[in-house]
Amino acid sequence: MATLTLSGVRKSFGATAVLHGVDLAVRDGEMIVVVGASGCGKSTLLRIVAGLETATAGRVMIGDQDVTALEPADRDVAMVFQNYALYPHMSVFQNMAYGLKIRGLPKPEIIRRVDEAAALLDIGGLLDRKPRQLSGGQRQRVAMGRAIVREPKLFLFDEPLSNLDAKLRVQMRAEIRRLQKRLGVTSLFVTHDQVEAMTLGDRLVVMHAGHAAQIATPMEVWERPADTYVAGFIGSPAMNFLAATLEAGGAAARLADGLVLPFADGSRAGEAGRKLTLGIRPEHLRPQTGGLRVMVELVEPLGAESLLHGRLPDGAEMTVKLAGAVHADGVLEVMPIAEALHVFDGETGRRIEPLG
Amino acid sequence: MDSEAREERRSARERRATVRRVRRTYFRGVGLPYLLLAPQLLVTALFFFWPAGQAVYQSFLREDAFGLSSQFVGFENFIDVLGDADWRAAAARTAVFSLSVAALALSAALFLAVQADKHIRGAGAYRTLLIWPYAVAPAIAAVLWLFMVHPDIGLFGRALNALGVPWDYKLNGNQALLVVILASAWKQVSYNFIFFLAGLQGIPKPVLEAAAIDGAGPVRRFWTVVFPLLSPTAFFLLVVNLVYACFDTFGVIHALTQGGPGKSTETLIYRAYTDGVSNLNLGSSAAQSVILMILVIALTVVQFRFVEKKVHY
Repeated sequence: MATLTLSGVRKSFGATAVLHGVDLAVRDGEMIVVVGASGCGKSTLLRIVAGLETATAGRVMIGDQDVTALEPADRDVAMVFQNYALYPHMSVFQNMAYGLKIRGLPKPEIIRRVDEAAALLDIGGLLDRKPRQLSGGQRQRVAMGRAIVREPKLFLFDEPLSNLDAKLRVQMRAEIRRLQKRLGVTSLFVTHDQVEAMTLGDRLVVMHAGHAAQIATPMEVWERPADTYVAGFIGSPAMNFLAATLEAGGAAARLADGLVLPFADGSRAGEAGRKLTLGIRPEHLRPQTGGLRVMVELVEPLGAESLLHGRLPDGAEMTVKLAGAVHADGVLEVMPIAEALHVFDGETGRRIEPLG
Repeated sequence: MDSEAREERRSARERRATVRRVRRTYFRGVGLPYLLLAPQLLVTALFFFWPAGQAVYQSFLREDAFGLSSQFVGFENFIDVLGDADWRAAAARTAVFSLSVAALALSAALFLAVQADKHIRGAGAYRTLLIWPYAVAPAIAAVLWLFMVHPDIGLFGRALNALGVPWDYKLNGNQALLVVILASAWKQVSYNFIFFLAGLQGIPKPVLEAAAIDGAGPVRRFWTVVFPLLSPTAFFLLVVNLVYACFDTFGVIHALTQGGPGKSTETLIYRAYTDGVSNLNLGSSAAQSVILMILVIALTVVQFRFVEKKVHY
């Protein structure tokens, strides 16, 4: 158990830069989820922490120890891989005992730890089996067990749930979270799934093109996304974006069709006409005459709620989430809830906070 | 968990069934299938079943010295062969020769494959070069080694003599055996290398990374993870190499030493040739061939039985 500190971690493969300087401070016992689309550098970041890749620049500290130049074996971390990476020629017991044997633990201690982990994961009856005789979910548990018995300073998870079917994934997700809380081991969890990220993490690192776009708690990321990328990535269905300009005085935004939306939380800096991007989550739109005119193209009933997909007169796509079953044809007029309006800079995409 | 495993097994079964349905092609009538099989069957019949049948037939006959008459002698040829001290000496020599060739060719190939599997500059060229010796005919390989080890004209042979080491494989039986072992093993390294390299590349990289994180250094990773996962390949190659050393090294021995000096490089296959072609003792030669044939069949059976059981994936 320890803290993890990354400072200015960069990585290039040849001429291709994958990470452009990532800083992160993980507290003792914290579960950090690194989330992002494929190719954003999230797996590379994890592999640098594990020691499987060497950072081009920057430092990795586990506790008070600088591990940047250490081999994976000397870092005292454990990793759960996407495809489990169990040793195919060893039994479940041998798989879990392998790391302990290498560390020269006495045999009774090895047996005690493996039995304890097996009981915790409910795989006590499988210890004599080979990995090929196990189902996907069982293999996943064994991989977890192999990490737990080591009692490492750090758990690393590399998309461990993506090979499981939907039902099992939800079940294992909850189980991993319970285990992590119970054992209190500092953890880094990589995933491309935003639902996994929201439910598992104490804090999220949203990665975008080799940068940490935002590091915050799941609710903070959802309520106050740092830029349009984060805003569009977290939340399902994705946030709607509208081009707008700042009104004189900074207290409202004017849309292309002339509609003026006032800000509920205070005015924004800048001259009249400053280019803005407004973000509106589909669930924050209410039917109201005189609002945005959405030409509905598709209605998806989800039972408790309905999703309406359509377009504004200027062609911009809009998604609206309404409670209950909705029979909407033709044009629906909707108005955003003023308190839930997100304001971003039209050019940089950065969030614009209200003035003091 | 149990129902899950069952589910997975069932879907795997269904997948296999689908594959079977897709791949199986039905022909109308029997003409075309037999026509398509004919070339392979013809080659097998002409170059294996016929000569093998001849050998079995001959092994029960004894001919006079001029080949004018022959008589049925039952198992007498076999009894003579197995009771012959010279034949037994050749059998022991063959065992030493084959095991040495297999051990040398396997260990050298494994070492080279492990090196070639690393991310090194020019790995592609290195791999291609290592595969070349396989394309060299046995007799040519032998000549190549002759030019290296010949005491008068060979590069290393002359160097050894110049250094004061008495080297002449044409007079010293042990040296002759060493030379044919080296030449035979060298021929087989390429073949083993290809299989070992394929085997190494078949080991999932995350498994090795998991071992590294579990604390195993490179040497430990090799012996506890890589080598066990290669063992089915290694066993397959061991059998193939033993068969090669027993039967396919005739060309190398013939070109380098002709079984000499004395009988020091005479293996069973070379003896069968000498007895049949030079000494014209067809019955005995045929009996020796049949014994060798039984040996190959036994090795093949062992291999299929064992390899079937030992595959991990």
